Amino acid sequence: MKDSVTAENLLSMRGVKISAEIDGNWQDIVHGVDIDLKPGEVLGLIGESGAGKSTLGLAAMGYSRSGCKISEGAITFKGQRLDQMSEKQLQRLRGSKIAYVAQSAAASFNPAHKLIDQYCETPVQHNIASREHSELEAIALYRQLQLPNPESIGFRYPHQISGGQLQRAMTAMAMACKPDLIIFDEPTTALDVTTQIEVLSAIKEIVSTYNTAAIYITHDLAVVAQMADRIQVLKQGNTMEIASTEKMLSDPQHDYTKTLWAVREMSRTAKVLSDDYVVEVKNITATYPGNDLPVLKDVSFKVPRGQTTAVVGESGSGKSTTARVIMGLLQAQQGSVIFNQKTLHKNYRKRSKTELRNIQMIYQMADTALNPKQPIYEIIGRPLAFYQGIKGEENKRRVRELLTLIDLDPDIYYSRLPGELSGGQKQRVSIARALAAEAELIICDEVTSALDQVVAEGILKLLDRLQQEYNLSYLFITHDLATVRAIADQVIVMYQGKVVDQAPTEALFKPPYHPYTEKLLSSVPQMDSHWLDNLLLARANKENEKANEHN
Amino acid sequence: MYLLLRMTAERLFFGLITLLIVSIIIFSAVELLPGDLAQEILGQSATPEAVAAFRRELGLDQAPWIRYLDWLAAISSGDFGRSLANGREISELMSSRLGNTLFLASYAALIAIPVSLILGILAALYRNSWFDRLTNLVTLSSISFPEFFIAYILILFFSVKMALLPSLANISPEMGLGDKLLRTLLPALTLTLVVVAHMMRMTRAAIINVLSSSYIEMAKLKGMSPLRIVVCHALPNALAPIINVIALNLAYLVVGVVVVEVVFVYPGLGQLLVDSVSKRDVTVVQAASLIFAGTFILLNLLADLMSIVTNPRLFNPR
Amino acid sequence: MKFLSLLKQAPLSAQFGVLVITLYLIVVIFAPVLAPYGEREVLDSEYLPWGGEYLLGTDNLGRDMLSRLIYGARNTVGIALVTTIIAFVGGGLLGLVAAIMGGWVDQLLSRAIDVVMAIPALIFALLILTIVGTSTTSLIFVIAVLDSTRVFRLARSVAQTVVVMDYVEAAKARGEGLWWIIRKEVLPNVSAPLIAEFGLRFCFVFLFISALSFLGLGIQPPSADWGSMVRDNATLITFGDVTPLIPAAAIALLTVAINFVVDWALHRSSGLKD
Repeated sequence: MKDSVTAENLLSMRGVKISAEIDGNWQDIVHGVDIDLKPGEVLGLIGESGAGKSTLGLAAMGYSRSGCKISEGAITFKGQRLDQMSEKQLQRLRGSKIAYVAQSAAASFNPAHKLIDQYCETPVQHNIASREHSELEAIALYRQLQLPNPESIGFRYPHQISGGQLQRAMTAMAMACKPDLIIFDEPTTALDVTTQIEVLSAIKEIVSTYNTAAIYITHDLAVVAQMADRIQVLKQGNTMEIASTEKMLSDPQHDYTKTLWAVREMSRTAKVLSDDYVVEVKNITATYPGNDLPVLKDVSFKVPRGQTTAVVGESGSGKSTTARVIMGLLQAQQGSVIFNQKTLHKNYRKRSKTELRNIQMIYQMADTALNPKQPIYEIIGRPLAFYQGIKGEENKRRVRELLTLIDLDPDIYYSRLPGELSGGQKQRVSIARALAAEAELIICDEVTSALDQVVAEGILKLLDRLQQEYNLSYLFITHDLATVRAIADQVIVMYQGKVVDQAPTEALFKPPYHPYTEKLLSSVPQMDSHWLDNLLLARANKENEKANEHN
Repeated sequence: MYLLLRMTAERLFFGLITLLIVSIIIFSAVELLPGDLAQEILGQSATPEAVAAFRRELGLDQAPWIRYLDWLAAISSGDFGRSLANGREISELMSSRLGNTLFLASYAALIAIPVSLILGILAALYRNSWFDRLTNLVTLSSISFPEFFIAYILILFFSVKMALLPSLANISPEMGLGDKLLRTLLPALTLTLVVVAHMMRMTRAAIINVLSSSYIEMAKLKGMSPLRIVVCHALPNALAPIINVIALNLAYLVVGVVVVEVVFVYPGLGQLLVDSVSKRDVTVVQAASLIFAGTFILLNLLADLMSIVTNPRLFNPR
Repeated sequence: MKFLSLLKQAPLSAQFGVLVITLYLIVVIFAPVLAPYGEREVLDSEYLPWGGEYLLGTDNLGRDMLSRLIYGARNTVGIALVTTIIAFVGGGLLGLVAAIMGGWVDQLLSRAIDVVMAIPALIFALLILTIVGTSTTSLIFVIAVLDSTRVFRLARSVAQTVVVMDYVEAAKARGEGLWWIIRKEVLPNVSAPLIAEFGLRFCFVFLFISALSFLGLGIQPPSADWGSMVRDNATLITFGDVTPLIPAAAIALLTVAINFVVDWALHRSSGLKD
């Protein structure tokens, strides 16, 4: 029985264990996982960070990163045991029979060579096709993937084209030898939602045209729902559940899978907007030093007291720059920031201690926001000592209080270093640092973007609770519309340095939409496996209508 | 292309400015000499009239900046003035010696550069192997050795014990090239040993630094061979730091010859400089320093320009 | 204690390095006790061979070679150490300030340092020593200034990687002063590479002073010093006598030892990667 299964499988991994060297000891990070893949099938591997999904994806190519090794199990690809092959044999297989698409195309293309040279390298080195033939194929693929100027784009260097285009070029490169299997390792994670759609549709097009089997690795359920025939959920190196996409979406069995599903539904009722404003941003125009193009163009909005204002936009929209201008870290050319009816100085160096204290910021990367050499009590205790002159025993007491407030046990965490904390815990410490200053406005810059969904949910709930207890005002910067729905009372939509839409949360998510907001909203993947097809169809129809109107 | 030209022009301009500032520093360093230069040279027994006459001859009665400009103008036309110690024309004194020094430095460079590049690439390719460990140990040691230690060890073995090569590198213009090369083999080897270690380590480090990039993993997953990965994928991206190291070491060679020239009694610029320093022959020290500094700056400038040209991001802007 | 347990896991080369450095320190501290004769005592005829009354023979003036070697440790290592410390405090502090302040302060300091570094150090040192004369104080000062430029560059570049971190920005935005930011935010995070650099800089200064002494322009007689000892007795080499190589080897051994330890430290701080 078992033999017949492996015979029809393209890839079969049995009891694969992978261990990593941590502080000189080898520890298992993947504990015996089975993966089966039929020819032409797309398998979605989903899980949070540390689930071992990328490690498994690479293991399917017989590859492990330095400091890791495949310690046990059988990996069979087309009847050949990859785990028993020599490095030379594996080289012949990689690129030609199994290809890989990495998360960051910008980092994974060699900056010293033209795109088409990197495309042709695989077929030429594997003696599959001539250079001339590969070039023609590359151009055909670039055209199929709807890259602009397919004839010439290959003759450019990676740094000369945009992220979404690079990711499509990398998909084309993976197809160069028409492999039987492609590993997609989070190919759209680093992209904006509107760009993500182009790449997703490109991948879908390729996989179905050539009937290539694929393993699609991601942490995003809605994305995997569009791509995969079957979904395998991983957690900390173990398989939790395997089911067809339809079944997994409609009827998840395992408790862990259910929590993943639940997070996406988090939302709260938005408050009626107050007309007491803590901060008012007026007609800000700003440029970065040494650059003539403004990053912010005439940006104005108000942040109501005790409520949450979300600023949404894609990368480069200027949302983080707005935060820097409010903080006084970047000096605007024009416009003003008014805090409690008083205009703040443009430069933070010229602001008073009270003004500085009243606006605090929480950063996206808790790793870089906390000094790795300072213990927790110093990180949280410093604002207390610096702003309010609280020292000695009283300082100690207050730090412990704050730790309790953010649900960290003071007895355990008081003297720890940030390196000894998890990502979510670090972000909680950042929050405590802002609370210690007793700020009125807290700017949250993508505070949940680097966190797993379950952890992010905890942080959002904590922020919500603190707001109610201390009447805090938040300026919440994010690119994720689900987060907006979960926390915001008011939403500011930014695009290319301008505020394009501004509305109470309820109103924003209901028609009539502003055109850009509509594009943004419609680009967010939904938990419906037909969402992408329907969306592309709808957009194509719209284009046709427009064309017809012109005619 | 515009950006490339602008950056090149910028570097050239800054190089020129640096050269000017350095000439000012060298000139004014001499100005800071305590006491009266003329008195110093003529000695305490000289009559006041003689000192005054000598001052006029040296131009010391004029304002410093006028003398600087005069000095600069004279140097630009190849006139470095006269030695205070023996009154000979400095340019005459230096010309053959500068040639000798450059000859020795290039001799060493011709051996050192290919050797260190090949060793560096091999060490990166077989990193953490016994070969890598051994070269690491050997190069680390040879970096730590004073030049004169290496020089005397070579002399001890090759000229005293085995009597293969001469311990003195006294060459003259009449000698043939082969004879010259043989006589200067020991000093050239000394210099080579000193710079190879450094260049090789930096080459290895530059390549290994690049080897941790994502695009190297991508190349591996495309099934490329280890040799192709190092030569075609890592090396082009490590060129800028490697070129920098080569230029830095070339510059070091030109300066580093000082000690080696003294050990081997080689008639080069370095020996002249050291002799003049002990005699406090200020004008010669000034001229020699300027030549050394100028060569050093030019080589560094060259490195800068080369690393701009080899960077695809700058060469092919958006 | 912690250091000892770390040392146990260290590679052989690093253990050897630590042992050698300790031995040198003992010699430096107890030089008068260890040396059989005085530093400057002329005892006997010149160039006596090894063995007998003088373990390593006598030098070109008839002084005991071994005693000179032991006192030489004190002079050469001591002067190099003082020089390195001065260079480090000055250059390091300026480098941190330049990185944190940025803007015109950084531009001014960096350009000035660029110019000084454009002149090769040996040439610059020779030029200045011609003018100010070769006393020990001027030697220390000149070399410290020249070497501080390199410390500045390194301190600035490692501090720049720290300064861009959000926690430094957070401290600035909190309103902290420059001194706090240097002391509490930046320094603890750059200490590892700076300590390694201290070892390397010491080696460089040490070799540099030895080279100057060898040229007769460094530490002046009658002080015992390894560089000038090589120079003074070099003629012996042509007779196949290795005595002049001993002080040279002493220099080499110490620098090798330090380099081994630094190599290990850098390897550790880079997270045990390649």
